[in-house]
Amino acid sequence: MPSFHRKLERSAIGFVLAIVGVSAIGGFVEIAPLFTIHETVEKAPDMRVYTPLELAGRNIYLREGCYACHSQMIRTLRDEVERYGPYSLAVESQYDHPMLWGSKRTGPDLARIGGKYSDMWQTAHLRNPRDVVPESVMPRYGWLEETTLRTDDLGDHLLAMSRVGVPYTQAMIDNAPADAYGQAAPDTAFATGVGERYGAATNIRAFDGDPSRLTEMDALVAYLQILGKLTDAASTEATLPPTEAPNTEAPKEVPKAEATKADGSPAVARGG
Amino acid sequence: MVAGLSRGDRQVALAISILVALCGLALAAIGRGDPIGTHGFVILLYALGVSFFVIAGYYGPEPDSSRLSRYYDDPTKVGIVLAMAWAVFGLAFGVWVAALLAWPDLTFNAAWASFGRIRPVHTTSVIFGFGGNALIATSFHVLQRTTRARLPDQISPWFVLLGYNLFCVIAVSGYFIGITQSKEYAEPEWYADIWLVIVWVVYFLIYIRTLQRRKEPHIYVANWYYMAFILVVAVLHIVNNLAVPVSLGHAKSYSLFSGVQDAMTQWWYGHNAVAFFLTAGFLGMMYYYLPKRAGRPIFSYRLSIISFWGITFMYMWAGSHHLHYTALPQWVQTLGMTFSIVLLVPSWASAGNALATLNGAWHKVRDDATLRFMMVAAVFYGLSTFEGSFMAIRAVNSLSHYTDWTIGHVHAGALGWVAMISFGSIYALVPWMWKRERMYSPRLIEWHFWLALAGTVVYVFAMWNSGIIQGLMWRTYNESGTLAYSFVDSLVAMHPYYIARAFGGLLFLIGAILGSYNIWMTIRQPGTALAAKAGEADEPHLATQPALQAGE
Repeated sequence: MPSFHRKLERSAIGFVLAIVGVSAIGGFVEIAPLFTIHETVEKAPDMRVYTPLELAGRNIYLREGCYACHSQMIRTLRDEVERYGPYSLAVESQYDHPMLWGSKRTGPDLARIGGKYSDMWQTAHLRNPRDVVPESVMPRYGWLEETTLRTDDLGDHLLAMSRVGVPYTQAMIDNAPADAYGQAAPDTAFATGVGERYGAATNIRAFDGDPSRLTEMDALVAYLQILGKLTDAASTEATLPPTEAPNTEAPKEVPKAEATKADGSPAVARGG
Repeated sequence: MVAGLSRGDRQVALAISILVALCGLALAAIGRGDPIGTHGFVILLYALGVSFFVIAGYYGPEPDSSRLSRYYDDPTKVGIVLAMAWAVFGLAFGVWVAALLAWPDLTFNAAWASFGRIRPVHTTSVIFGFGGNALIATSFHVLQRTTRARLPDQISPWFVLLGYNLFCVIAVSGYFIGITQSKEYAEPEWYADIWLVIVWVVYFLIYIRTLQRRKEPHIYVANWYYMAFILVVAVLHIVNNLAVPVSLGHAKSYSLFSGVQDAMTQWWYGHNAVAFFLTAGFLGMMYYYLPKRAGRPIFSYRLSIISFWGITFMYMWAGSHHLHYTALPQWVQTLGMTFSIVLLVPSWASAGNALATLNGAWHKVRDDATLRFMMVAAVFYGLSTFEGSFMAIRAVNSLSHYTDWTIGHVHAGALGWVAMISFGSIYALVPWMWKRERMYSPRLIEWHFWLALAGTVVYVFAMWNSGIIQGLMWRTYNESGTLAYSFVDSLVAMHPYYIARAFGGLLFLIGAILGSYNIWMTIRQPGTALAAKAGEADEPHLATQPALQAGE
C-alpha cells in the first residue's frame, strides 16, 4: 500500500480525482435511491397543498428561524406519539421545500399543533409567550400583528413552488393574492374562491381576530393551524405500505390527535 | 496590501472590484422593495470599500521583482486578522444567544434580535467567518511551505479571501433582516450561494496550480486534507443549495428537494460540513503546525494514510444518523449508524497520530501554551469523535436527539477542537508572518489557554447535564402509565444549565478577546533586524533551502 500511495502522492490531479471518487460513493448510495424507490414516500390521496396564506405564513416561520427551536418530526417512539400525536409520515412533508424536521427541541414539536389551540391562544402566545405560558423562553413576536402581509408577489411564489414539483394549478397561481386575502376575510367575495380551489375543509377566518387587515400574524397563525392537517394519512394505518410497518416501539393503536387533546391533562394545556 | 501588487495587478484589482460594485448596484435596482435590494447596497458598499483601498495605494511605488522569489504572505496576514475579528464577533453573539434562553426578553423587543435570527448569526460567524478565514489563511501558508512554491499569481488569493468575506457579510447581514433558507448551516440564499461557488472555484485553482508548481516530489499530508476540504465542500454546497428563486428580484428561493429527500440531502450536507469543513481542513492545520511547533516529525506515515482515506470514504455515509426513528427509510438510518461507528477508527488514528507525535516533546507541551492548545485540541478531537460515534447508535440517539446533548457534543468539537487548533496555529504563525521573535505576551497566551479550556469544560458539562435530563424527563412515565412531565417542566429544569452555559461561553469569549489583543500588540511591535532573522530561522523547511527563483 505505501508504495502505491507514494506514487499517488506525486500526482496532484490523480489525488484530486481519487478524493472525489472515494468521497462520492457514500452519498450516492444513500441519496440516489430515495428519489427512485416508490416506497420512500407513502401515497395519500387526500394530501393538499398549502394555500397562499399558509405558504406566506410558512415563509415567516422560516424567516424567523423557528426551526432552530421547534422540530416538525414526531419520531416512532412511544413517549413522542403519546405526547404529540401519531408519528410523522414522509408524505406529510412532501410539499415542504425545504423540510422543517428540525434538530432541536427547545420548545415542543409542532408537527401536529394544527387545531390544538384556538386562534386567539396562538395570537396571544405570539404576542407575548409569557402571557399564556409563564415559563416560556420564546421571543415575543407582537410586531407581526402590526406588519401588513405582502401579497402582490404570492403568484410568483406559487409559480416557483410549482417549478420544484408542487401541483399548483394555473388558477391557484393567478388568484394567489386574492386567495390570501379571502382566507382571512370570511365575509368577503374572495373567501369562496379559496374554498373552491383548496377544498371545503380549508380554514377560512380572521386568524388574528381583525378581518379588516391582512397581517403577518394572520399568515403565521393560518400556517400553524394547518400543521398536521394536510392529510389524515398518519391516523389511518391502512395507508402505510407493508415495508414501512410501524416500528415496534410505537404502540399498535396510534392515538389520534383528538385523543391526546381530550385527555385534558395540564401537560397539554401548558404546551404539550 | 496594495504595495505588493504591480501596476498591472492594481488595474485588475480595481476592475474586479468595480465589476462587483456594479453587480451590487444592479441587484439594488432589480430588488427594490425586497430584502435582496438591501443586499445589493451591502455588496455595493463592500466593493467600493475595496476599490477605495486599491485607489489609495494605486500611485504608490511598485514592488521590485525580487518579491517573486519570496513566499506570498500578505493574504495570510489579513486572513489571520479577519479570523480573529470574526471570532470575537461570533462568540459575542454566541453568549447573547445563550443568554436569551435564560432571559428571553434580552431581545429588547427588536425583531432582528430574536433568537431565531441571531442564532444563525452566531453559527455562521464562528463556522464560516472564524473557521473559514483561519482555514484560508493557514492553507495559503502551509501550501507554499510544503511545496516550496509561491502562490501562482498576485490577485487570485485576494479575490478568494475578500470574496469569501463578502459571502460571510452577505450571510450574516441577511439573517438580521430575515433572509434565510432555513437549512441549518446552509442558510444563505441563492445569490450568496452562487457567489461562494465562484470564489471556491478560484480557491481550488490556486491550490491545484501551486501544487503543480511544487519543488517537492511528494504532496505533503496537510495538503491532502486541505484538498479534500476544498473539493468535498464544493460538492456538498452545490447539491444542497439547488433551488429555484421566486424571481431575480427576490431573495427568497424554494429548495429543489422536499420532505424526506430534502432531509437526507440536508443532513448529508450538514454532517459532512462537520467532516470536511470543521475536521478535514483543521486536520490539515494540525498535520503541519503541531509537528512544526513540537519540533518532531509526524509519528506515523502509514496512520496518516489510513486516517485520511478512512475519513474521506466513511464520513459521507454518516449523515443519516441525524434522522433516526424518522420517516427516513430504515435501511438508510442503519447504514448511517454503521458507518458512524466504524468512523471511530480513522478519527482515532488521526488523534493518536497527533498525540504520539508529541512523544519526546512533552516538556514543550508543559512550557509552551501554544503547543498545549494544539495538544488539547487533539484530545478534544478524539473525545468528540468518540462521542459522535456513540450518539449515532440508534438507542442512544433516541435519548440524545433533539436535546442539548447534541449542542454539547457540537461545542466539544467546535470549542475544544476547531477553535483550539486554530488558536494554537495562529499563535505559532503570527511571529513567523510578522517576523517577530515571539508573541507580545506569552503570559496572555497562558491566560487565553486556561480561559478557553475552562469555558469549554463548563459549557460541555452544562449541556451534557441538561441534555440528558431533558431526554429522560420527556420519556419518564408515572405509576399510572402516563407521561410524568409536561414539556414545560423539562424547560424549567434547564434554567440553571442555560445560565452555566452562557457563563462558559463568556469565559471562552474573554479568552478570544485577550488573544486578539495579544496578536494586535505583536503586530504593532517594531521588528528589529535581529528579530527578523530569528523569525526567518523559524520558517519551516525554507531556512536551509535555496531561495526560490524569480517568477516561480
